[in-house]
Amino acid sequence: MPIGDLFKKNLKYIELHSQNGVDREERVEKEVPYIPDNLFVKCPSCGEKLYTEEVAANLNSCKYCEHHFRIGNVDRLKMIADEGSFVEIDKNMTSVNTLDYPGYLEKIAGYQKSSGITEAIVTGTCTINSIKVVIGVMDSNFMMGSMGSVVGEKVTRAIEKAMVEKLPLIIFTASGGARMQEGIISLMQMAKTSSAIKRFSDAGGLYITVITDPTTGGVTASFAMLGDIIIGEKGALIGFAGKRVIEQTIKQKLPDEFQTVEFLKEKGFIDTIVARKDMKALLSRILILHQEVQNDN
Amino acid sequence: MTIKEKERKIDELKLKINELKLIESNEKIDFTDQIEELNEKILEMEKRIVDEMTPWDRVLVSREQKRPTSLEYIDEIFDDFIEFHGDRYFGDDKAIVGGIASLDGIKVTVVGEQKGTDTKDNIYRNFGMPSPEGYRKALRLMKQAEKFGRPIVTFVDTPGAFCGVTAEERGQGEAIAKNLMEMAGLKVPVLTFIIGEGGSGGALAVAVSNKIYMLENSIYGVLSPEGFASILWKDGTRAQEAADVMKITANDLLALKVIDGIIEEPAGGAHKDFSMVAGNIKEVMLRELKELQLLSQEELLNHRYERFRAFGKFE
Repeated sequence: MPIGDLFKKNLKYIELHSQNGVDREERVEKEVPYIPDNLFVKCPSCGEKLYTEEVAANLNSCKYCEHHFRIGNVDRLKMIADEGSFVEIDKNMTSVNTLDYPGYLEKIAGYQKSSGITEAIVTGTCTINSIKVVIGVMDSNFMMGSMGSVVGEKVTRAIEKAMVEKLPLIIFTASGGARMQEGIISLMQMAKTSSAIKRFSDAGGLYITVITDPTTGGVTASFAMLGDIIIGEKGALIGFAGKRVIEQTIKQKLPDEFQTVEFLKEKGFIDTIVARKDMKALLSRILILHQEVQNDN
Repeated sequence: MTIKEKERKIDELKLKINELKLIESNEKIDFTDQIEELNEKILEMEKRIVDEMTPWDRVLVSREQKRPTSLEYIDEIFDDFIEFHGDRYFGDDKAIVGGIASLDGIKVTVVGEQKGTDTKDNIYRNFGMPSPEGYRKALRLMKQAEKFGRPIVTFVDTPGAFCGVTAEERGQGEAIAKNLMEMAGLKVPVLTFIIGEGGSGGALAVAVSNKIYMLENSIYGVLSPEGFASILWKDGTRAQEAADVMKITANDLLALKVIDGIIEEPAGGAHKDFSMVAGNIKEVMLRELKELQLLSQEELLNHRYERFRAFGKFE
């Protein structure tokens, strides 16, 4: 293959992710995978050309500017859980077509095939530097991480498990919001998960949320913003309404940094921001500082 | 024939009856049979309006400018309502009203999402789209109710939580999330009436309740039909079609157990006979509050928890 073709294929990718070209909202909607199977990838943040392999080896981050590419549950767990410690729960839970929405189950099946998971969140237990926790990792590769019955149920069961076993709970959020195809039942998942967190919180449980790119809509307006400690992964988008909706309302273009974790930290809604490479160490330090508190329960 | 056309036809028939009655008294001619016939026709048409209403028709009725708002119901149903303002942090959101009142001797806290009654008022009320400080005001008043052991009544009527720069900056997501979480823990009965539009998280943020009732022509959904069509089909103009599949009507939601009961409206909507609808709401309110007040704190909390815990089907 001529060397030029290599870059040609990348062009499509570059168009979608270039710094100035396309806003985050578009990225949310087009559901494009982040790392193409190509040799090179252009960093959407600093524009440097990177070896795909090198990016993967570097926690899917840009070695120049530390831009974080979106990652799925497997990569995330690999960098957070101690090796071999993750035990998945509710692994095969899958959606039914509550509202008889045409084509919904086919769509689910398609995502199951392409993502290798049955729903938009993976939950289980693991250890982080030898401290046992209940962990949930949302995966935007599955239907943009949207929350329907299964996501709501798995999150709620994870909370209940943490409560019964008196374990800390960590959830990595990544979601386009409520799953439209399940209509009002998706909305009810917001109340369901939030109610469970209330009980867990009253029982003294430690709940840490990690906001990853992108976290929006019904997930922001429920369990994502209810952590005792809310950590933002550097550069992640977080918001309630979609950027485009707001732009249509105010008839103005919004600045790039609007609705990032950095922005919301300035506004007082995020405890701290951390680069991906430092995530595990930070979680570990927080867990250690809570150990006595947890044991007292 | 659209609903509006049917309504016009009914109005015409009513005019005709009045004319006949006038002629009757002036000219001493007996039109009893004809009037009887026309009255029957009106009844039949009204019944048809109700029977043939599509989900989209109900969306339009729920948004009708003349549809009674929270404050109107509050004034009609309660005695001695005192409105309290502000979230004690940032400001006073006009899209949510609240305060204390008496319901035939039962002391209650009332919270309502408030649309405007005309264009000017709608601008003042931000079209019933609450900002974070509105949800925080609602929560403040609900916690106050809990402190003094008062049951809480909420009215839902919003196109959705406000989507704007200021709302994002002040944590719209956090404000809604906090309300969901804290409402789940309220140690007093919480009763909700959806009186118009129940727009998504913006509605749910005052509706994590023990019992939820809907007016017959209200809607409650994960998003507006326009938003739903725009997200799923990339075409906001297919809202009517979206309304058909979304299951947003009172009947659909009763079947899904999202609500506990439906409150009857006159043909054409609540504005056609406001005092009847207010009376219907009050009757349900008294009955439900009396029942909920029999429950212990623990029973109340478990009742609310189980209600929401049960949502969701999966394999």
